[in-house]
Amino acid sequence: MSSSNKKSSSISLNDKIKNMTETNLLLTITIVVFFLMYIGAMVFQGAGFLKPQTFFNILNANAALIILSCGLSIVMITGGIDISVGGVTALICMCSAVYLDYHDGNVFMAIIISLAIGLAFGAFQGFLVAYLDIQPFIVTLAGMFFARGMTTIVNTKPFNVANESFLALKGTRIIVPGMGSVNKLGKYVNAYVEIGVIVALIVVIVFFCILRWTKLGRAFYAVGGNSQSALMLGINVKRTRFMAHLLCGLLAGIGGFVYFMHVGSGSASNASGAEMDAIASSIIGGTMLTGGVGNIIGTFFGVLSLNTIQNIVSSAGLDQAWWTGITRAAMLCLFLVIQSVIIAYKKK
Amino acid sequence: MQKNEVKKSNGSNILSSLLKNQICIPLAALLLLLLFNLIMDPTFFRITLEHNSAGNPVLSGFLIRILDNGSELAILAIGMTLVTAASGGQDISVGAAIAIAGSVLLRILCGSNSRPETIQAPIIVGFLVSCVAAMLFGAFNGVLVAYLKIQPMVATLILYTAGRSIAAWVNNNELPIVNDKTFTYFGSFIPGIPIPTPFIIAVACMIIMALVLKFTNLRLYTQSVGINGSSSRLNGLNPEIIKVLSFVILGICVAVVGLIKVSRISSINYSVIAKDIEMDAILAVALGGNALSGGKFNMAASIIGAYVIQCLTTTLYKFKVQSDALPAYKAVVVIILVVSSAPVVREWFSSMWKKLKLKEVG
Repeated sequence: MSSSNKKSSSISLNDKIKNMTETNLLLTITIVVFFLMYIGAMVFQGAGFLKPQTFFNILNANAALIILSCGLSIVMITGGIDISVGGVTALICMCSAVYLDYHDGNVFMAIIISLAIGLAFGAFQGFLVAYLDIQPFIVTLAGMFFARGMTTIVNTKPFNVANESFLALKGTRIIVPGMGSVNKLGKYVNAYVEIGVIVALIVVIVFFCILRWTKLGRAFYAVGGNSQSALMLGINVKRTRFMAHLLCGLLAGIGGFVYFMHVGSGSASNASGAEMDAIASSIIGGTMLTGGVGNIIGTFFGVLSLNTIQNIVSSAGLDQAWWTGITRAAMLCLFLVIQSVIIAYKKK
Repeated sequence: MQKNEVKKSNGSNILSSLLKNQICIPLAALLLLLLFNLIMDPTFFRITLEHNSAGNPVLSGFLIRILDNGSELAILAIGMTLVTAASGGQDISVGAAIAIAGSVLLRILCGSNSRPETIQAPIIVGFLVSCVAAMLFGAFNGVLVAYLKIQPMVATLILYTAGRSIAAWVNNNELPIVNDKTFTYFGSFIPGIPIPTPFIIAVACMIIMALVLKFTNLRLYTQSVGINGSSSRLNGLNPEIIKVLSFVILGICVAVVGLIKVSRISSINYSVIAKDIEMDAILAVALGGNALSGGKFNMAASIIGAYVIQCLTTTLYKFKVQSDALPAYKAVVVIILVVSSAPVVREWFSSMWKKLKLKEVG
């Protein structure tokens, strides 16, 4: 007993890493890399990155992606996958846009419609995955096809929404005190965020709490880690899987409307590739596709990292379109290799 | 009386063994689709011999169109089945890899000039180089999956993100146009042969694959690695090598598809070429009744699955469905197919059937 106490008093970094859970370790790496990258950009590129507004713009542009990625993280923690979120987002944009413009609807009902579409997709896919035991990839692939196809069936041509109350909501800027900067003309410009960012932050906090401190949240990890032993512990595995997809659907609903608030148009090409961006963000944030490992805060930083690198690349003058794809992929590759090396190291 | 019962049970045995056979699901789907077309419009089956603009005799008709346009998917399904079986995951980068293979092919054929009068290198050289490029990218995916133990879908997400950018970078973002008649044969017709060349290529690929599966241990090794990697290691196999090999074979399939795709239009569009084909290829494997979690596979079922998808697409086009709206109908058919073949649903139906029978007896 005493010898073990002695050992723990002189704990080395090596042991510390070994004692950390996978979730915490991957989370730490993600956050450290993000801050290193951002500080590096501030030091070497200066100008734009020194202004807080640059950071807020990344948030503004990616609020919807943060929400979608949270949903994906939950599904991935339970060991599933959902590739329909991008399609659902496009469908929500189109339905809301058509409702607001052609049927003269109000914004409140549009939000209800968005949530209903998201929940419907989540419930149906969750039912097929959890209770009929069909592979989640195929089910949500069909969901993606259906959502993308329906978007065109609802309305073929892309158009911008002209509904006044919606435009007022879209244009609302929440000023962040003390973060403004002086522009070229010498005027002081306030820093701002859009409503979507507030929604995204609330979602991140709420779902972080749910995953960490509620019975349902712990059940997600248990089912993803080992569904057999979760079953033996008395967890309703099927219901847990269903709930994961339902929550992902709900978040796709919220994220869809936030995306709609940002772009303000209905188009079949909206949010194209968003599902893969969301998966990539979750992975960079330390969620593992095998299930049981992941963290919402990590996902949040995953989205930020993925888009910060894009900003760095474009402000470094590598403006040609292909650099974005290549650097994003390189970053994803880097994180994956780090993760797999660490997991292998910990197993030793 | 007893004899009758024996006969009955025999009959039901044959039926149940037929139902258990993997190939029956995609085959039944294909037959149902064809039946639907027969009822709606028998002209679907008309095949005519026409002369195309070059004066060559060519077969035309909806069935020929299915065989023609479905060949890319069928070739990809071959490789995807192997990858699925060996690694228990899917490669979602094939669309991007096709863009790279096509881009490399054009780069070799056109040289640095994007609109040359004649091709700068023999087609076979271009194809071989693009083949090597596609195999290298396949090996990259394979190494990530096999040695770094990253889940296949995530590992191939890297190439999925970067692929089309790399393809654009290879040709400096220009869109080269090949000005050569022989090059168009791969995507259309060879003079004198009325069968579309893509279909001939697809059949050649199938025959090669069938021979490989028959005369080598590829099938056995792939399945054993997919079912249990560590126990196949104990039996003296090298699971990593076999996984990488399956990705490299998929790379060859990708290069062949790249050749056909580029040949069809004699040029390339990086963001549109083979778009979403990875999803269709995975779907073909799933429709073939193969477990997406790896292990046993049935190559023929996957190929028929690919043609089911193309048949559905062509049928929908025939009914003047917009190309953008097409996925919605596809999704409905997929859900019906997958749900009806789900074990849980099947058990439920068979128990219902038994109950009904019991009632009848009672």
